[in-house]
Amino acid sequence: MLEQLQAIEEEALAALEAASDEEALKAWSSRYIGKKGAVTQVLRGMGGLPAEERPRMGKAANEAKVRLEAAYEQRAEQVEAEALARDLAAGAVDISLPGRTRKRGGLHPSTRTLRRFYEIWGDMGFQVYRSRDVELDDINFTALNIPPHHPARDMQDTFYTTDEGVILRTHTSPGQIHAMRELGADGTQPIRVILPGMCYRYEQITARSEVQFHQVEGLVVGRNIRMSDLKGTITEFAKRMFNPSAQVRFRASYFPFTEPSMEIDVECFLCAGKGCNVCKYTGWLEIAGCGMVNPVVLRNGGYDPSEWSGFAFGMGPERITMLKHGITDIRYFWGNDLRFLEQF
Amino acid sequence: MLVPVSWIKEFVEIDIPVELLAEKLTVAGLEVAHLNYIGLPQETVDGVRWPESHHLVWDREKLVLGAIREVKPHPDADRLVLAMVDYGGDELEQCVTGAPNLFPYKGKGALESPLWTAFAAEGAEVWDGHSEEPQRMTLKGRKLRGIYNKSMVCSEKELGISDEHEGVILLDQQPTTSDGRPYPAGTPLQDVMGDVVLDIELTPNLARCFSVLGVAREVAALLDKPIRQPSYDFIAEGAPIDGQAAIQIHNAELNPRFTLTLLRDTVVQPSPEWMQRRLKLVGQRPINNIVDVTNYITFEIGQPLHAFDYDKLKARAGGNTPTIITRLPESGETLDTLDEVSRELEPHNILVCDTAGVLSLGGVIGGAETEISDQTTNVLLEAANWNFINIRRTMQSQKVFTDAGTRFSRGVHPSQAILGVGRGIELMRQTGGGQIAQGVIDEYPQPPATITIDLHIAEVERLLGMALPIDDVADMLTRLGFELTLKSEMMRVTVPDHRMDISDDPVVGQADLIEEVARIYGYDAIPNTIMDDAMPPQWENTALEREEATRDLLVALGLREIISYRFTTPAREAVLVPAGGKPAPWADAGYVTMANPIASDKTVLRHSLLTSLLESAVNNQRYQQSQQIFEIGAVYFKRTGETLPQEPRRLGLLISGERGLAEWMGDQAPGAFDFFDVKGVVEALIDGLHVDGVTFQRTAHPSFHPGRSADMVRDGVTLGTFGELHPLVGRAFELKSPAFVAEIDLDGLLTASNADFKSRSLPITPAVYEDIALIVPEDMPADDVLNVIRQAGGDLLKDAVLFDVYRGASIPEGTKSLAYSLTYQTDERTLKDKEAASIRKKIVKAAEKRLGAKLRG
Repeated sequence: MLEQLQAIEEEALAALEAASDEEALKAWSSRYIGKKGAVTQVLRGMGGLPAEERPRMGKAANEAKVRLEAAYEQRAEQVEAEALARDLAAGAVDISLPGRTRKRGGLHPSTRTLRRFYEIWGDMGFQVYRSRDVELDDINFTALNIPPHHPARDMQDTFYTTDEGVILRTHTSPGQIHAMRELGADGTQPIRVILPGMCYRYEQITARSEVQFHQVEGLVVGRNIRMSDLKGTITEFAKRMFNPSAQVRFRASYFPFTEPSMEIDVECFLCAGKGCNVCKYTGWLEIAGCGMVNPVVLRNGGYDPSEWSGFAFGMGPERITMLKHGITDIRYFWGNDLRFLEQF
Repeated sequence: MLVPVSWIKEFVEIDIPVELLAEKLTVAGLEVAHLNYIGLPQETVDGVRWPESHHLVWDREKLVLGAIREVKPHPDADRLVLAMVDYGGDELEQCVTGAPNLFPYKGKGALESPLWTAFAAEGAEVWDGHSEEPQRMTLKGRKLRGIYNKSMVCSEKELGISDEHEGVILLDQQPTTSDGRPYPAGTPLQDVMGDVVLDIELTPNLARCFSVLGVAREVAALLDKPIRQPSYDFIAEGAPIDGQAAIQIHNAELNPRFTLTLLRDTVVQPSPEWMQRRLKLVGQRPINNIVDVTNYITFEIGQPLHAFDYDKLKARAGGNTPTIITRLPESGETLDTLDEVSRELEPHNILVCDTAGVLSLGGVIGGAETEISDQTTNVLLEAANWNFINIRRTMQSQKVFTDAGTRFSRGVHPSQAILGVGRGIELMRQTGGGQIAQGVIDEYPQPPATITIDLHIAEVERLLGMALPIDDVADMLTRLGFELTLKSEMMRVTVPDHRMDISDDPVVGQADLIEEVARIYGYDAIPNTIMDDAMPPQWENTALEREEATRDLLVALGLREIISYRFTTPAREAVLVPAGGKPAPWADAGYVTMANPIASDKTVLRHSLLTSLLESAVNNQRYQQSQQIFEIGAVYFKRTGETLPQEPRRLGLLISGERGLAEWMGDQAPGAFDFFDVKGVVEALIDGLHVDGVTFQRTAHPSFHPGRSADMVRDGVTLGTFGELHPLVGRAFELKSPAFVAEIDLDGLLTASNADFKSRSLPITPAVYEDIALIVPEDMPADDVLNVIRQAGGDLLKDAVLFDVYRGASIPEGTKSLAYSLTYQTDERTLKDKEAASIRKKIVKAAEKRLGAKLRG
């Protein structure tokens, strides 16, 4: 009977090897190790054995069953793994086919740059202050030390409205006067703001010039604001905006509302200062104008210029966006062609 | 402004490369935009970046100073001569040339004094003088009408000095070094005539630099070199000027000074070569020595001059002493100016007149009648001073821009006049002969006061952020021509006349001086520091923060931001209101109207964002089957009685075309956008901004489809309107597919936004779900049904969501079935099905009673 058991086990193991799917495994299981399976039959047939042989035989049969069950588990896992591998292989797709289109919304490139400004300047303690687009000539020019008919007015071609003395702001600098008058508490409080906004110039629209454009002005007023602070602050900004190792050059310039006035150049980040057509082979990119607030302007804002000082700067988000993204035509900004905007 | 370095060197020594000089000037505020090289090579200087120049560099061996010893006739050609040139070699070189300015010397034998010229030897590279386009050529030997020729004498064009190719360069005399030693024949031309012309862009505060001398002063200060003034003396051997002319100034404000000198018995002729060459280098066309001198002095020292033909003035005065009168015009006066324009004069145009009428537009342009001609023998020379703002107004209103006017309009000090009138008349004498009348007629009714400013050294530190020794500061200011007296920590600074940019206001004047210190010290040398000043008080800025949050919401909803011109025209906006439509919401506001519109489609500022949204959609529809765009920005409402317009912020959005496109996967295309897409965006926006209490009501806005549009109303105030664009408006804009748009008062919406909204806890008990379908009359608004369901459902009804609207055969005609999925739930206990059933019963009952609804079986 022991031989019979041995034969069954051998047969069962061979059959198990041949079972290659779930169905065959199930059939195998009921044929050999199920309730009516061959091994059980052997156990049942033990009634005919002498009593002293029964334990030995029973043990052997149980051991054989355990072995077969273990073999079954192993084989079942293997079959399952093979089946999964077949399914995975059959389910492969051409991953080079395009994905299902998800229409993405997006911000205008100018907004993106404005936000970058808010972020960097915000980290340096500058809050955003906004003022109106349609301005009084007095605020846009005269209060900023540009009297009527002054040659400095030639620097900014102005849109005049049919109302005498009312113009479209040519720069965000009139915001300096508003900020000083509103936040300065009669010249007693320090100020640290940036003033973003749309400005307007009477210029022919070309690839390089537009009738409207954003500006971001900065204004600091305090009891101890020095030109070295202006240089340090702008340099920190340039490092974050452009390149941590960017070289910055300060060039004397002229704005009626600041003195001393400077233009700020950064080393061209497109050619690392070697010279390219974007920097017109100078190695420098002009990014901003700045200076110490002119005493006349401080006075017009309600401050005593012998006690208070300040600095101001102005930059053009569109210009910086153009430099960063290699945009060659400023007319793209208000042209609203989705083929352009969707790249951002 | 063009400034030749060779000319600057007449006033100051320059011992650094031009490239470095240009960098120093640029950093000091005289922005050198371009370096125009004449024959000299470009130098590379460490740390200085200039674009590579592609000019002709004169070969030092092959392009040299030549002396023409004799001009022989060509044996076989009348139009050619043989110039015998001493180029420093052992023998004279024979050059065949057709230069007309050598013909006067033809066949005269050996010349007593040679003609100094530019000589190009065989193999030299020059510009092709006969080519229209700039083209280089290399000299090669060949026969010219039978005579072998391998070298040449050059015109200015061939050397790249100017476009002049009428004749070869003939210098007035043997050229010399700056200290007077003559250059021998054979000297490299680079050393004799090589130059670099700086093209400087001058900001309005740099009026003092509007001359070669002015730039030289800056160079002297930057390089710490002395300045050499030109001579302002003149040799007067003629009878005195007294009684030869008189001056009457009627308005000293506008004409603070007027001076005159007189040159008798002179000859009007071409200017010497050196003067012509310099004028050409600064962009002037030489005319004759008298006119050229007026230009030369204008460019040299910045004082414009005007020359009158004295005899013409005298004739106008009937043979009497001419009287120069400066005054404002009488009504109806006109003037024919040198540029051949007949001008109607405006009340503010200051004039130079005589007793017979108007002579010139003061400080700007001369009149044709008394101009210098070839027959002029007596020249009356004017150097005057004019109010700069008045000159600027005149140039702008008369639209005439001259070198004189440009300088006066920036500001010239009246002390310059006497210098210019003396130096000018002397140069005229030197170039045309004659005798200068002794003396100057000088009317100077209003000499400006000399400005003195007290500057404390502590003030320099306060503004620059670094401590400088007072002696260093004093030295920098002295180099710029300021005169100083020091008293311990205080500097008393006397401002030189040419520094008209320094204010007489004590505080502003100090700032002006500190700027000069910073410029000369070098901005790069000033340290970089971090502000240690007090942090200003912070304020809340929700308007901006919520505006940006709105942008983020719309972007997350798949919309693309656009920014449009804020200019439009009333006609473009009128298209938004179809004929016969009700007035637009902005109808009672006026337009901010441009007095000087730049284009016919940009005459006013917009009242609405809709026009630009629709125009964008039209422009994009050629390339886009699906568009979802928005814009946030101001609109401008002019109200009577207010100087400045209101500038409320608006949010506009537009959705048009297909929700999605059929793709290769074969999915069903989701169809075209409709009213409920724009409503979905509006709802998501309200939800995202946490604005409570907004209801939707049918709108009277004329731009919208009357049946598919709504106002957003909150507390009785309309926050905006959305829906399908009125088909007539769509047609007028030539939109191919329906547009679904919204225009919202962003300020109103954001003010209602509740940033501190309260969140809800998560449920702790299971919910009971159930569906219900009600048959109601076709015209019953879904909102009414929902309200009844909510009221009847009470607190236990947590949610009711419409999931189907059915019209069709299985329900009576004129009705629709609305199906809702209901959620019952309370935190107090787990609801039993029985309770849910009883609420449902209540809902059905209420719907039957209040809406006439029937439960759909």
